[in-house]
Amino acid sequence: MSVLSFLILFPFFIAFVLFFLKKDSLVRSFIVFIGAAGELSLSVYFAIDSYLYHDIEMGTFYLSETHDLDMLIAALELCLMLVVFFLAVKYKKYPVMILSALGTIPALYMDLTGKSTTMASHIKVDHLTVIMVLVVGVVGSLICMYAVGYIRDYHRHHKEFRDRSGYFLSLLFAFLGAMMGLISSDNLTWMFFFWEVTSVCSFLLIGYSRTPEAVHNSFRALWMNLLGGCAFMAAIIFCIYVMEITNISQLLVYASLPTVTVFPVAMLAFAALTKSAQMPFSGWLLGAMVAPTPSSALLHSATMVKAGVYLLLRLSPMMCGTYAGTMVAVIGGFTFFAASLLAITVSDGKKVLAYSTVSNLGLITAAAGCGMEEAVWAGIMLLIFHSVTKSMMFMSVGAYENSTGSRDVEDMHGMIVRYPRLAFIMTIGIFGMSVVPMGMCVAKWAALRAFIDSGSVYLTLFLCFGSASTIFYWIKWLGKIFSVSRGSERHKDNVPAVEWIAMYPLAILAMVLCLVYPLISALAVIPYIQNAFSGSVSRLVTAAFESGSAGGEGIIAAISTEDFIIMGVMLICICLLPVAMKMVNSVQERQVLSYMSGFNSGNDRSFYDSHGEEKDQWLSNWYMNGLFGEKRLLPFCLVLSSAFVISMMTVCAIGGLFI
Amino acid sequence: MTEYSMISVIIYLIFAPFIVSILSGVDRIVTARMQGRCGPRLLQPWFDLIKLFSKESTAVNGIQKILVMAHCFFAIFSGAIFFAGGDILLVLFALTMAEVFLILGAYSVNAAYSEIGAQRELLQMMAYEPMTLLTAAGFYLSAGSFRVTDIISGNVPLILKMPGFFIGFCFVLVVKLRKSPFDLATSHHANQEIIKGLTGDLSGPVYGFSLLAELYEEALMLGMAGLFFLTSDRMSIIAVFIAIAVIMFVMSLIDNIFPRVKWETLLKTEWIVTFFAGGGNLIILSLIRK
Repeated sequence: MSVLSFLILFPFFIAFVLFFLKKDSLVRSFIVFIGAAGELSLSVYFAIDSYLYHDIEMGTFYLSETHDLDMLIAALELCLMLVVFFLAVKYKKYPVMILSALGTIPALYMDLTGKSTTMASHIKVDHLTVIMVLVVGVVGSLICMYAVGYIRDYHRHHKEFRDRSGYFLSLLFAFLGAMMGLISSDNLTWMFFFWEVTSVCSFLLIGYSRTPEAVHNSFRALWMNLLGGCAFMAAIIFCIYVMEITNISQLLVYASLPTVTVFPVAMLAFAALTKSAQMPFSGWLLGAMVAPTPSSALLHSATMVKAGVYLLLRLSPMMCGTYAGTMVAVIGGFTFFAASLLAITVSDGKKVLAYSTVSNLGLITAAAGCGMEEAVWAGIMLLIFHSVTKSMMFMSVGAYENSTGSRDVEDMHGMIVRYPRLAFIMTIGIFGMSVVPMGMCVAKWAALRAFIDSGSVYLTLFLCFGSASTIFYWIKWLGKIFSVSRGSERHKDNVPAVEWIAMYPLAILAMVLCLVYPLISALAVIPYIQNAFSGSVSRLVTAAFESGSAGGEGIIAAISTEDFIIMGVMLICICLLPVAMKMVNSVQERQVLSYMSGFNSGNDRSFYDSHGEEKDQWLSNWYMNGLFGEKRLLPFCLVLSSAFVISMMTVCAIGGLFI
Repeated sequence: MTEYSMISVIIYLIFAPFIVSILSGVDRIVTARMQGRCGPRLLQPWFDLIKLFSKESTAVNGIQKILVMAHCFFAIFSGAIFFAGGDILLVLFALTMAEVFLILGAYSVNAAYSEIGAQRELLQMMAYEPMTLLTAAGFYLSAGSFRVTDIISGNVPLILKMPGFFIGFCFVLVVKLRKSPFDLATSHHANQEIIKGLTGDLSGPVYGFSLLAELYEEALMLGMAGLFFLTSDRMSIIAVFIAIAVIMFVMSLIDNIFPRVKWETLLKTEWIVTFFAGGGNLIILSLIRK
């Protein structure tokens, strides 16, 4: 327990200290470094410790008697509400006050009357918790480290914003602490508290620059997440007063009685959909890109949106074939496809990443909603790979922006020659997101198989179409990086060393994960799934899965050992490409001009027009705005998904409460 | 890997380019006859390839050559997985990987024709990939496995269970064999608006590599078409040959009858066919399975 409490409280402590260090100084950088390194090593130590000394199979339980802590949490919840009230009044956004009060007041009441707790423990550590602790600890800490270098450059470039970098860094750490609390809580009210902390933290981070746009976007993020918080609260009230339970693990015991649990599961799933920015709630995550890059990286990769899918993956044993499961699966699959089409139409690097996050989370959501073991396996793997890869992508885009002043994909032309180190990171990131020997695609493969096995035709179709459009937007970005203009030279990137300290380990991790994921799967993911699904109505255990996990042959379900070896060979071949390039280029050969119908003016960058004058050529990617433009597609998607969510929620609410 | 799959991989590696170039030689003669011309020699595609490799090697930049070679390598690699009887989804993913390298090679030149060809190739991939993935799903549902060795060990030809997938797959073949109307990215015809598209800046042996990759890729695609007909009965191989001959003939016919279409039409037709033919067949198969 001591390690875990340290893991949760240590970031809060660092956040507290940083809050008072307003000026950029060596001391502050040092504290951030200590905080990040400390949190990282703590999370690794915690994982090892849980495996060696605790009964992780059944879950380790802590803190059954928590009266004083409950009072503390009630007080902190009140503080959170007051912060929201204060800012809502300041910016005249009154409706969020209602949402905040609706979520917080019942929580306060239950904490103060002691309703929120039975003798069950508040904290539970199982395999999924350990996986999440590692994801949040490793990726999140590296992002905090990166933030030190980034925020300094950010304020150098943006003199117009007041430098509140101490506050910014402090928020990042508070976020990590809240996330650690969220993933280890078993008590629903505690989880709700941390849930609200992440909502408010992300709201404050998005509004960091205090521009009208930032304020507007931050309040949009706030109301959406608070709405989710209200749904969460409704689930808690139902659990406590109707089912007389207080914990998630107690709720999961009822997995075989879907009629009893339909209301709380639907409400929790709704909360998770808002947090994971699934359609129709995708807007807040896209708006979140106004914030400085480290906070986007944190929101998109290790924390916030992952809290939503984490909850869904926890609930997935109760999803298979239920109304809530259908809602989650359809919304997830639809978001995966629609967001990947929308990602084609934008050229702002961060926006492409944002849509891609929404899209990938959609796939995880769909996998959780599908509620089959294989799908959950794929969902957890996607979560891990996505965190590592996406944080790296955000970091490299941020570093590129600080070096060149632009983060538009069109301006990344020829990056491989101009900024080879950043291009290297980005290439690994894009490969990791899109093509096969790398992680994301492997997990997608498992998801496809699970969707077919579950017999849901719509999910299979969403996945097939969505993965096709996913390839399109990633590879055209990669193509831009690879287009070499003749005579371009290497520029000096002004990326501080501390940012490289964050990016290189992530790049290496992204590669190594492709080789060691069977180990992660065998050690943590499969045991978790076996435990989680043991008591539930898992109707669709496939033969392949059983032989995969029990026989030792074939480390996991969808991907056999043979396939794994083939992919390893592919990965090695790709890694050898730079070496092969040296060998091929060692033979001197004639370099020729590119083909421009014979009108190349001799430097590959311009041509002679019909008047014989020299004209520069300008090459741009396709965005297909006429077909899937944001203006055309987005409103349609939002209306469709809203209608679906509202009708499904109505069905679940009426069905759960009155029948 | 069994002995049988070893042999089939070796046959694929050694003979596939030769066999496919004869097929495309026949195709060119048939096309010429349809247009009232005499047409080239049967082995012309093969001689073209040999000649390219004897030319001087030139490149526009330092990374173009290695990217095209990587494309060739992965195209052969994915075919080898297929003919070894491996997982058909892995084959498709590896093929995507190969395509990505060709596209990057075209992007790397930074020239208008290459780049527009590269984006059209990407678009084509986006258009046909749902169908190829669905076809794999169809094989899985009707044969119970993604592995090629299991798919071909059934008793009845799978086309009976998956006619919708077959129709959709033929649409993919039109794209993959670079037949008009869908030869948007690069074309075998000289009169096309973007000239050679994404291979426009390749020359000599580098272009040879891309052609070689295309031959291997075609062998793979025709092999996949053969999966619809092959059963555990040895004689079904004759059905495969007949089917491939018919498919090739229909492709030539399409090549000659249809005018070229815009990319929007490509995307829409492909996706509509995928959705209705593939999706409809998928629903039926899922229902049967339950």
